[in-house]
Amino acid sequence: MELLINSFVVICLVSGLVFFAGGSVGIIRMPDFYSRLHPAGKLDTLGIMAVVLGLALFELKQWSLASVLLSLKMMLIVFFVFLSSPTATHSIVDAGIRAGLAPWTKTKRS
Amino acid sequence: MNALFLGTALFLCFLMLFSLYRAIFGPTVLDRLVGVNAIGSKTLVLLLLIGMIYGRVEMFVDIALAYGFLNFVTVLAASRYFHKRKGLYGESEQVQSEE
Amino acid sequence: MKKPVFPADSPLVRRLQSAFSFVCTFCFLFALWLVLSGKFEPLLLGLGFLASFLVAYFFHDLLFPGFHRSYFASSIRFFAYIPWLIVEIFKANFHLLRLVFHPRMHDLIDPHIVSIRTGLSKDMSIVTMANSITLTPGTITVTANREGLFTVHAIDRKSSRALPGEMLGKVAAVFGDEVERIE
Repeated sequence: MELLINSFVVICLVSGLVFFAGGSVGIIRMPDFYSRLHPAGKLDTLGIMAVVLGLALFELKQWSLASVLLSLKMMLIVFFVFLSSPTATHSIVDAGIRAGLAPWTKTKRS
Repeated sequence: MNALFLGTALFLCFLMLFSLYRAIFGPTVLDRLVGVNAIGSKTLVLLLLIGMIYGRVEMFVDIALAYGFLNFVTVLAASRYFHKRKGLYGESEQVQSEE
Repeated sequence: MKKPVFPADSPLVRRLQSAFSFVCTFCFLFALWLVLSGKFEPLLLGLGFLASFLVAYFFHDLLFPGFHRSYFASSIRFFAYIPWLIVEIFKANFHLLRLVFHPRMHDLIDPHIVSIRTGLSKDMSIVTMANSITLTPGTITVTANREGLFTVHAIDRKSSRALPGEMLGKVAAVFGDEVERIE
C-alpha cells in the first residue's frame, strides 16, 4: 500500500513537471502573445492540478483529522486555480483586443 | 521522498528562468504580464514543496492559498489598468500592422 | 429575472427567498471557515460564527440570488459535468503539449479568431461555457455576450473545428437551457 501510494505520487509529480515544462517552453517559442497565452494559462493549470494532487495524496498517508483537513485545503487551492485561471487569461486577452493589438497569422508573414 | 521534493523544487526554479526571460524581454506589456503570471503559478507549487521539505505544510498551505489569491488579483488589476493605454504597447508591432 | 415558486410577488415570498439565500450563504461561509481554520476551540468557532453571520447578513443576495425549483437538480448535474470536463482537458492538453515540443511548430500552428453562435441565454450557462472553452487548450474565449455569441481565439484549425460540439449540448443540459442549432 505504501509503495503504491508512493509510486502514484511520483507519477503525479513527474507529469506535473512535464506540463510545467511545456508551459515554459511554449511561452518562449510561440510567435505572439495571444498564442503565448495558450500554454501559459492552461498547461500551468493542469501542472498545478497534477502536482497538488500528488502532494495531497502524500499527505493522506497518515490518516488523521489534521491531514484530511490539509488535503481538503489543497483541493481548495486546485478548485480556486481552476476558477481563476480562465478569468485571468480572458482578462489579458480582453486588454489586448481593446488596445488594438493584431494577432499573428500565418498569411501575414509568409 | 524528500530528495524527490527537492529535485522537483529545483526543476521548477529552473523553469522559472524561461518565464523570467519573457517577463524581462517581452516586446509588449502584456507579454510581461503573461510571464509574471506564469512565475506566480509556479511559485504557488514551490511554496507547497518548501512546506513539504521542512515538514510544516499546515503553515505553508495557507501561504500558498493567499499567494494564489494575490496572483489572481494582481493580474486582473494590471490588465484592467493597461486597458486603454495604446501607446504602451510595442511600437514595432503597431508599425507592422499598418504596413 | 428568475421566476419564484409562488407566482404572487408578495412580501412573504420575498422574505422567504431572502431567508433561503441567507441560510445557504451562511452554511457555505461557515463550512469554508471550518476547513480553513482547522481548529475546533469554542472561541474560534464563535468568531467564525460571528464573521459568517455578519457577512451573510449584509451580502446574502450575491451568491444565491433566490430560490428556484431547478436549483438542486442543476447543481447535481453540474457536479456530474466536472469529471467529463477534466477528462476533456487532459485529452486536449496532450495535443497542445505535442504542439509545443514539435520542432516545426510554426508550420503546425495557425492562430485565428472565429465567432460561434450558441443559443445559450442564461447567465450561468454562458459563464460556464466561456470558462470551459478557455480551460480546453487550443481555444480562448475573447468575448461572450448575452445573446450567446462567442468570439474564440484558436491556435490551430483542429481545435477550432471541434468547437461548439459536444460541450454545448452538455452545458445546455446542465442548466436546462434551450439551444437551437444554427448551421
